[in-house]
Parts: sequence; structure tokens; C-alpha cells
Amino acid sequence: MDGAAPYVTADGRQIGGVLMDMRGITLRFGGVEAIKNISFDIREGEIRAIIGPNGAGKSSMLNVISGFYHPQDGEVWFRGEKRKPMKPYQVARLGIARTFQNIALFEGMSVLDNIMTGRLTHMKTGLLAQAIWKGRAEAEEVANREIVEKVIDFLEIQAIRKTPVGRLPYGLKKRVELARALAAEPKLLLLDEPMAGMNVEEKEDMSRFILDVNDEFGTTIALIEHDMGVVMDLSDRVVVMDYGRKIGDGTPDEVRNNQEVIDAYLGVAHD
Amino acid sequence: MLYREAGDFKTSYQADSQTFPIAFDRWRYWAVLVIAFCVVPFFVNAYWANAILVPFLIYAIAAIGLNILTGYCGQVSLGTGGFMAVGAYACYKLMTSFPDVSIVIHIILAGGITAAVGAAFGLPSLRIKGFYLAVATLAAQFFLVWMFNKVSWFYNYSASGQINAPERFVAGIAVTGPNTAPWAQYMICLVFLTICALIARNLTRGTIGRSWMAIRDMDIAAEIIGVNPLKAKLTAFAVSSFFIGISGALFFAVYLGAVEVGEAFGIQKSFLVLFMIIIGGLGSLFGSFAGAAFLVLLPVALKVIGVDLLGWPTDLVAHLQLVIVGALIMFFLIKEPHGLAQLWRLAKEKLRLWPFPY
Repeated sequence: MDGAAPYVTADGRQIGGVLMDMRGITLRFGGVEAIKNISFDIREGEIRAIIGPNGAGKSSMLNVISGFYHPQDGEVWFRGEKRKPMKPYQVARLGIARTFQNIALFEGMSVLDNIMTGRLTHMKTGLLAQAIWKGRAEAEEVANREIVEKVIDFLEIQAIRKTPVGRLPYGLKKRVELARALAAEPKLLLLDEPMAGMNVEEKEDMSRFILDVNDEFGTTIALIEHDMGVVMDLSDRVVVMDYGRKIGDGTPDEVRNNQEVIDAYLGVAHD
Repeated sequence: MLYREAGDFKTSYQADSQTFPIAFDRWRYWAVLVIAFCVVPFFVNAYWANAILVPFLIYAIAAIGLNILTGYCGQVSLGTGGFMAVGAYACYKLMTSFPDVSIVIHIILAGGITAAVGAAFGLPSLRIKGFYLAVATLAAQFFLVWMFNKVSWFYNYSASGQINAPERFVAGIAVTGPNTAPWAQYMICLVFLTICALIARNLTRGTIGRSWMAIRDMDIAAEIIGVNPLKAKLTAFAVSSFFIGISGALFFAVYLGAVEVGEAFGIQKSFLVLFMIIIGGLGSLFGSFAGAAFLVLLPVALKVIGVDLLGWPTDLVAHLQLVIVGALIMFFLIKEPHGLAQLWRLAKEKLRLWPFPY
């Protein structure tokens, strides 16, 4: 399945060309090498999973993509262009949105305001126009509100739109965080353990949302997840990391039968 | 029974996101405006203007300014007094250098100059947070007061080191200087407060307000969804200082008339405005008004009760006042960290369901 040619998945979805290409990424913290010379690509329209045992460097990888960490070595290519070292907010403007492993919502704001904040990269009115409000600022607010309401409908959180986020239970917070990322209409959506700490029903809901997002909006998704059942069902291709190295890359079936991956997860007998 | 959302259907997103979603609140808001603009000016006398109304209006502007920075953007500032001084001295220099230009323009320009100074002193906020930032702004406070004392150009080389507001007119009516009528003082402050409050409301409900609050609540997440922290923090400092500068200009030109910088704009002023927003409610415009009203009214009320009713000596009442203000601040921080505004919100929630809470 390598090579840049577009292909069609088993369930009939069109996977396009390379959207993001990580080439030889190496990331060090002092003497510790968190990521060692890893290359992989993310194709347009696919669901790409990054898996691996704890401490494998998966979250560090997402942080490199979203601009929190700057790799010492390697290149990040996005939409056919080499990306210069960027701050996270500049990465957001490229159309890359993400959610966090530990929920990172704005607790003091309502659900609606949180999701509206996700539209920030699309809002252009200046300080003066906003101070006057009537006219351009209000029109922009309403236009963006409509898009936000679509996301709210999509994720079925209409009932809580005016609730302060601090009062919501965990599962809903995760959903609001996904809503905030979706509101940005990202080209690439990064999900850092979207199902951590959820019960079975919540996981099923979340899986359905992820598939729907990918299906209806055609959003490319890269996700980190520990639940192997979920990963194998959802993703088109999987990258496996262990101790900062890439030990496997391919379809779920290929990865499942990869001896190195099995060793990393189950351990190797030493005799 | 009037206080209901029921039957008040919102059919557009504009209507849904308006400032006062409940019809009764809208009526009350217009009633307050009408009374403030059309009734109070005819009844205000020198005592009411000087002791209560004018300081309340001016401190409310300062409190709105500080609330934008501290309450909405989460950047603690102890430099309010210093920034008010910038507004006052900018206004004084403009008034004396360009006597033909309207005082209204001078006051707005003074706000603009303060915004620039505030943004400059806000630069450290990009590197430091919390207490450390508070200390950095404290440095701004002391430096600015020192500068206005030291550099005699700022007070036009006057022998006393004071600045005095010359007489200026708006539409033929004196608003500064010794011959100002109380209602004129009141009106100019009221107009500025109304406009400042509207601007503050518009900014805090839109994109900029949300990016401020995002920075306050979680700066990492804010950055990941596209908030430029540099821009968000500096605009917060600039807008906040703009309001504080206007309040400083009014405090000097309209209210006091003559100012000695250390006395009028010392560190006490910074704390006073900070207490106002803490007691009133961080991150709430209503809280700015409530806090300003509370801290302006409290000394007056205590004096009326202590001196006039109970006949206690003035100095005893003055000391008691310090004790009571201190105790109240501690009480509020423990019982209701979100201040009077939160009490008001809770009361409104109760009122919505009253008298059938189930």
C-alpha cells in the first residue's frame, strides 16, 4: 500500500495523495531521544492511527506536528510544502486542529463559547469593528455561529450549549473538545487518546463520531489510541512506535501480524 | 413573575446572543439608562456628585479596564494607579499644549497614550505569569509615579509639582475647573462610562473576548486553536489601559481638578481598583459596576452610620472603615470568590424559577 497513488478502501472511501509527510523526525530532550528518525505519511481522507506502548513517543509525535516541539532533525511536509519551524497558533492557521489527552477546554466559558473559539482562525474583523459590533462583527459572529450550530447538531450536544464547561461530566467534555476542533473545519484532525477513560457506550459513541466526521466531512484524522479493538476497527493504516522507533506501518492486518509489533506488546522471551 | 424566559422565543442568532436574554432585564437596563441620563442630572447636588456619583462613575471605568485585563485575560496587574497617572498627565499635557482642542478629544487621546504605555509594560507578560507578572506591573506603578514626580516637563515646571486642570468647556458648559456645575461633572463621566461599558461589552462577547478568556483558562489550548498569545495579551493590556487612562484623565480633570501624583495615583489606587473587581466579580462587567459602587458607597455609608447616627469620633470611624473593608475582602475571597456578580447571577437563577422552584 506504499507509494503516493490514490486508492480506494475496502468500504469504498477515496483516499487521496499525501497530506502530511514526516521525514526522518528526530526529537531529543537533553540526552533522551524521544523520537528516533521516524518517517511516515498521512494521506488525504484516511484515518491514521499511531499506536505503541506507554512512553513510545506517540504524544511527542503529535506535539511535533502541532508545533509544540521542534524536532532537532527531520522535515515536516504539509500539503506538498516543507513547513518552516512554526508556533502552535500558526500551525492552527494551516488547518490542523487537535484534541488533548487530558481535556484542555476553557472551563470558565460556556460550551458554545468554547466551540466558537474553535472558529477563531476563520474570523477576521479587527478591534475597531468589534468595538462597534453592529455591522461587520455581528454579521461575522452570526455566520460563524451557524457553522458552530451544525457541529453542535452533528455531535448531539444541543442541550448543553449554554452550560459552563466546568459543570459537564467527563464524556461530554471529550465530545465538546472534539466539537471545538471540528468547528475549525480542519484539513487534518489530530486526536490524542479520544477514548481514554470512557466506558463502552461512550467509546462506541465516540467511534461513531470519528467515523462520521471522516465520512461526511472527508476530514483526515490521525489518532493515538490504546484500545486495540477500536484502532483496528477505525483506522485505515497504523503506525506502531516503541521506544521512539517506528516498528511497524501498514494496514491493521499487516500490523497485527508483524512479529516486531507482537514482541513490543507482549514482550519477548529471554532464555 | 415578570422574570421569565418562557414565551420569549429567540428566532435568530442575534437575539440568542444578546446581552440581556430576559425581557425584564432589557427593560430594567433601559430604565436605568433613562434615569441616569434624564432624571439624575436634575437632582444631583455638589455633595452627591463629589462624594458618590462622580467617583463611582470614574472608578467603574477603571474597574472595567482592570477587569478586562485581570478578569477576562487572566493577567494580574498592580499598575492601575500608574496607568491612571499616565492618563491624567497625558490629558494635562494635551490640555495645556492644545487649549483650542475639545477636552473630549484630549481625554480619548489620553486613553490612547495610556494604551500604548500599557502595551509596552505588558510585554513581560509574554514571559512571566501570575505573581511574577504582578510584581512586574508593580514596578510599572512605582516607575511611572517616580517619573511624573521627577521629570518636571510633565507638570509644566510648576513650583508645587502639582498639575491643575484649566477650565474647559463642552458645548459652552464648563466641565473642568473650579466653576463646574455638579451635573456637568456627572454627565461627562456618565457619557464616558456608558460608551466604555458598551465597547467593553462588545469586545468581550466577540472573537477578541473569547481569545482573552481562552488565554486565561488554558493558554496552551488557546494557542493550539489559533490564538496568538502575543496579540491576545497585548491587546488586553492596551484595551485595559485605554479605559484606565480615560478614568485617570477624568479623575484628574473633572473630579479632583488638581493632582499630586503620589497622593492621587499611588499604590493604594491600584489596590483599590483591584479590590473593586475582586469584590465585584472577576470576568464580569456587572461586577465592575457592583465593586465600584460597593467600595465608593461603603466609606460614605459607614461615615453616615458612625459619625452622623451614632455620634462616634471621625477618626475612629475612619479606622473602623479600614478594618471592615479588609474583613469584607477576606469574607468574599472565602465565601464567594466570584464576587457580587456571582451572587447576582445566583439570585437571578432563583428568580427565574420563583415562586415554583420545581
